[in-house]
Amino acid sequence: MEFDFNALTVAESRRLLDGGACTSEQLTAALVQRIRERDPEIKAYVTVDAEMALAQARAADIARAAGGRGVLLGIPLGIKDLLNVEGQPCTCSSRLLEGYIAPYDATAIARLRAAGAVFLGRTNMDEFAMGSSTENSAFQVTRNPIDTTRVPGGSSGGSAAALAAGEAIATLGTDTGGSIRQPAAFCGCTGLKPTYGRISRYGLTAFASSLDQIGPMTKSVEDAAILLGVMSGLDPMDSTTLDVPVPDYTKALREDLTGIRLGLPREYFIDGMDPAVRASMDAAVELCRSLGAQIVDVSLPHTEYSIAVYYIIATAEASANLARFDGVRYGHRTAQADDPIDMYGKTRQEGFGPEVKRRIILGTYVLSSGYYDAYYLKAQKVRTLIRRDFEHAFQSCDALLAPATPTPAFRVGENTSDPLKMYLSDVFTATANLAGICAMSVPSYPTPEGLPVGLQILGPAFGEERILHIGHAFEKRLGRS
Amino acid sequence: MQTKNQPTALNVAYVANLARLHLTDDEIATFQPQMEHIVGYVQQIGALDVSGVEPTLHAVEVTNVLRKDVSRPGLDHERVMANAPSEVNGLFMVPKIVE
Repeated sequence: MEFDFNALTVAESRRLLDGGACTSEQLTAALVQRIRERDPEIKAYVTVDAEMALAQARAADIARAAGGRGVLLGIPLGIKDLLNVEGQPCTCSSRLLEGYIAPYDATAIARLRAAGAVFLGRTNMDEFAMGSSTENSAFQVTRNPIDTTRVPGGSSGGSAAALAAGEAIATLGTDTGGSIRQPAAFCGCTGLKPTYGRISRYGLTAFASSLDQIGPMTKSVEDAAILLGVMSGLDPMDSTTLDVPVPDYTKALREDLTGIRLGLPREYFIDGMDPAVRASMDAAVELCRSLGAQIVDVSLPHTEYSIAVYYIIATAEASANLARFDGVRYGHRTAQADDPIDMYGKTRQEGFGPEVKRRIILGTYVLSSGYYDAYYLKAQKVRTLIRRDFEHAFQSCDALLAPATPTPAFRVGENTSDPLKMYLSDVFTATANLAGICAMSVPSYPTPEGLPVGLQILGPAFGEERILHIGHAFEKRLGRS
Repeated sequence: MQTKNQPTALNVAYVANLARLHLTDDEIATFQPQMEHIVGYVQQIGALDVSGVEPTLHAVEVTNVLRKDVSRPGLDHERVMANAPSEVNGLFMVPKIVE
């Protein structure tokens, strides 16, 4: 084979396809072959539909021959198993949804489809997106392709691992408290969580509706810009999408940072931070400075409360959203039940894994009579303070730089016995969801032992062009160093 | 149903019942200390003074979105019903609700 198909980005694939150097069928077949070889060990995918993908690829080749030039025409993507793709399983890596076939496309999927994308399969995740390591999948534990004794992060761990293993050109993830950025950081790829309301959530299985966003996971910042542009925009099926114009995000990509003010939130550079992450961050900040950026010190004083606030709000919303899984209309139903109440309880016991049960219990508790004001209402008020912290910080800088994660990828099994310890791995990412702003993790300087570290760039609401610009300049300069 | 004696702290068995979630005795024994640990952590927000602070429901301002009250096609009935665990004549079957 002439090309290393597995390392290709979206932009490179498009150039090859447009130039006639290869067909989508060849590209798709090469990725399917790679999945067959590599995925028995990595376990990034829960479902691969090679036949359907190859049929889509052939259709894309015919469309291209007829002059079609869809932005993603013939480009094979992996899709997190939380999103509905018509006619495909959508298990959310849960026993509860085994056998469910999506009767419709999520809006983000419909837009990718309209742009010509090929869907390779569904990527593994923590059950219902609840977790930070993909170890909460009911089906399989995904391995980090950089070091297979380590986790790929989560909850979009399959999407990140698929990229790192060369098993997709790009993938989709979802991010409620860091589920795109943390696995992207752990696997050495780019992951962007858009501003709340930028991409429609219709057809995304809801975890925490006021925090969830779909976003691209890619091998370059340019690819993130391409996919974001395809998926963004107002959707009548999601009333929280905002009518903000969708620019050509690729036009924002520039290679210097002259005149850009980057804030370093001092609360994100705490004592006891992993030394390798700290060293990587220091080097990243210097690199941005060398590109012309001005570095300023800022404060986000309520950061220490973010994990508490996040786990109260996210679980409260989850406990309501997951009430739909009752065994009546789809998914698993218990074999024997005396009455509907008994059916709900047994179905949910059999269908949900331990982390989902813990979060339903916590969310129900914080909403229950007598505790609502002390937990849920109070958390919403602290959320206001966290949001104001960011508004204040963005008055003195254009974007913020922070680590994406407190540590590099941890080992499989390392955090599974202590749920709270696992929650704390979201400490640098959950704030962006609470504030509704956009944030991206891009690969930065690795640790001395070669593990990826993510540089997180946070921008104000609808500041995607700005963070893409900064990320692109950083990526290009790092690639040359 | 435990309706009279409201628990003063997190009682996993009680809350699970509110959530229509059956748990085995083993699950209750595992979850109870884990949940107490987690609740102990999230309680830290109690110390913060938030008087006069408005709650945030959505980080980005959202307003009611209305549309004309006209019918439009929904999901394909057959494809939806194909996912039903139990179905008769295009209807979802459930265990008997009333005697």
